[in-house]
Amino acid sequence: MSTPGIKGKGKIRLGDLIFSRAATFAGAGILITLAAVAFFLFLQALPALNPNADFDGKAENPISYIAPYIFGTLYGSLIALAIATPLAIGIALYISHFANRRFSQLLGYVMDLLAAIPSVVYGLWGILVLAPFLNPTYVWLNENLGWIPLFEGQVSATGRTMLTVGIVLAIMVLPIMAALIREVFLQTPRLHEEAALALGATRWEMIKMAVLPFGRPGIISAMMLGLGRALGETMAVALVLSPASIISFALLTSQNSNTIAANIALQFPESGGDYRSLLIATGLMLFFITMVINLIARYIISRRAEFSGAN
Amino acid sequence: MTAPISNLQAAASLPRWYTPAALLVSFSLALASFTLSGFTNPDGAPNLVAVGVLGFTIFMLVTYLVSRSVEGRRKATDRMVTGWVTAAFSLAVIPLVSLTWTVVEKGLNRLDADFFSQSMRNVVGAGGGALHAIVGTLELTGIATVISVPLGIMTAIYLVEYGRGRLAKAVTFFVDVMTGIPSIVAGLFAFSLFLIILGPASAINGFAGAISLAVLMTPVVVRATEEMLKIVPNELREASYALGVPKWLTIVKVVIPTALAGIATGVIIAIARIIGETAPLLLAAGFTTSMNYNPFAEKMMTLPVFVYTSYAIQGTDFQAYVDRAWAGALTLMIIVMVLNLVARIISKLFSPKG
Repeated sequence: MSTPGIKGKGKIRLGDLIFSRAATFAGAGILITLAAVAFFLFLQALPALNPNADFDGKAENPISYIAPYIFGTLYGSLIALAIATPLAIGIALYISHFANRRFSQLLGYVMDLLAAIPSVVYGLWGILVLAPFLNPTYVWLNENLGWIPLFEGQVSATGRTMLTVGIVLAIMVLPIMAALIREVFLQTPRLHEEAALALGATRWEMIKMAVLPFGRPGIISAMMLGLGRALGETMAVALVLSPASIISFALLTSQNSNTIAANIALQFPESGGDYRSLLIATGLMLFFITMVINLIARYIISRRAEFSGAN
Repeated sequence: MTAPISNLQAAASLPRWYTPAALLVSFSLALASFTLSGFTNPDGAPNLVAVGVLGFTIFMLVTYLVSRSVEGRRKATDRMVTGWVTAAFSLAVIPLVSLTWTVVEKGLNRLDADFFSQSMRNVVGAGGGALHAIVGTLELTGIATVISVPLGIMTAIYLVEYGRGRLAKAVTFFVDVMTGIPSIVAGLFAFSLFLIILGPASAINGFAGAISLAVLMTPVVVRATEEMLKIVPNELREASYALGVPKWLTIVKVVIPTALAGIATGVIIAIARIIGETAPLLLAAGFTTSMNYNPFAEKMMTLPVFVYTSYAIQGTDFQAYVDRAWAGALTLMIIVMVLNLVARIISKLFSPKG
């Protein structure tokens, strides 16, 4: 603590002492909360690891139970990311370099609003509007491109498939990803852009030479952030997906690997005993997966200063 | 580059009406080809996905060829990218417009006086309302705010004004980790905590839900406040110290008031974030059809959970339940929009002029 004043003479005031202690305590409170989260989850998950645990016939052993959910979580999020990333870059470019200033300000505001729409609303829309809308397309894809492994299998009659989930998740993470990428694109040094244009570059050549190299770390960290969001997304998946306890890459069937989060939401209210512990254990697993993703994102962001090209 | 670069200025360029005309032609061509060939959805309407994909492909192909022959390769590539960027943008806007439209249109069916004045107790089929859920949402969000705003602001003060060394580094790091906690994990945590404290019979209650919301809200408040405190100029602090004001009074009377508008905005946006959280409340606060004013005992309904259960646990009168779900979704969206608007207004009115 650095109290202003002459060294050695400054007396510590009581108010200062109390206030600084309170602030330090609050900071430590964050650490305590996080430790508590991990600790209590672990404590409640422990009974599931007992070899004699009784899962009411809903699971054989913890590992074979969780494997399809881990797969479903990663698969759904990666589909979402594959759809959302090019779109987010396109939107960010549109706002930062194509639309006029007034319009792009409005769009920025709309983006903020969209990021705040509750996930349960996206879920409701996904199952009642999007799934029926997309289903004829799925039938067509299945009939004509069914030889591609992704589109094979008995096509869903409702549209509640992995692909729909991926699309809903993509729509949900799009605003935050686009907002982040736009921020980075807007920070591109003006001189680089103008220099490129002055040399006779077209708008795309300017973007390719000045904006994209500068924005690459921003794009990567936005992808990581979007991935983290998609991994933990619960209600939209719980509402939209027609789940089964299998590992399957097929996008268009009604037998889809569920995600960890959605499975907890669906099963938890009516669970008890060791099976509930097992669900908490899957939650702990999800916690660690998202934590690792976030750590990677942080690492990339912290390296950004080194290769940003701004200096 | 070794290939000769074409001279953009010397080449002719396409007239301004080219793009709208080409778009119109491509999409009508796609629409016509699907309608005439009888390739439609089972109900006879054209498949909009197919029309969109084919129309866009035709447009891009034609534009590339025309532009390349008239304007040269570089301009043609530029047009391709402009087409892709605009398409990405409209592709993203369509679902969002559809979402807003559906919620407003379907939500208005049941957005009546009953919806705001009745609970769902003993209601089977049509009728009933979400008063119990609205009360629950207000109480739980209120409690979560009361817990996480002081904690969040004090943590931010610690990080900006006091924090040096390893503890500060650890706190910064773990605030980031906390931001990434999936919401359902926060719900599991609150449930596990109260299961140990209160036992299985009364583990699920409103307060547990509020705790899970507070876990999600605190890091957002910390981040927002930290950003605001960082941009308070150091000169203000130094001037205050020079007058002999102690550090804590400087923070309370100089630093915080300067950043207050920004902090308030951040807090309101954080509230807007957590007010729509469903998963943690589903686990920690449970769901019920009855009114419950007491957050410390019994299960408590909240608006997002009301939306979910109305859809997921349907009675025989399917439409009545779905209508209530949409009305709840609309209410939720209006609350979120209003909160965002208030945050905007505060930041606009009180931001430093200049």
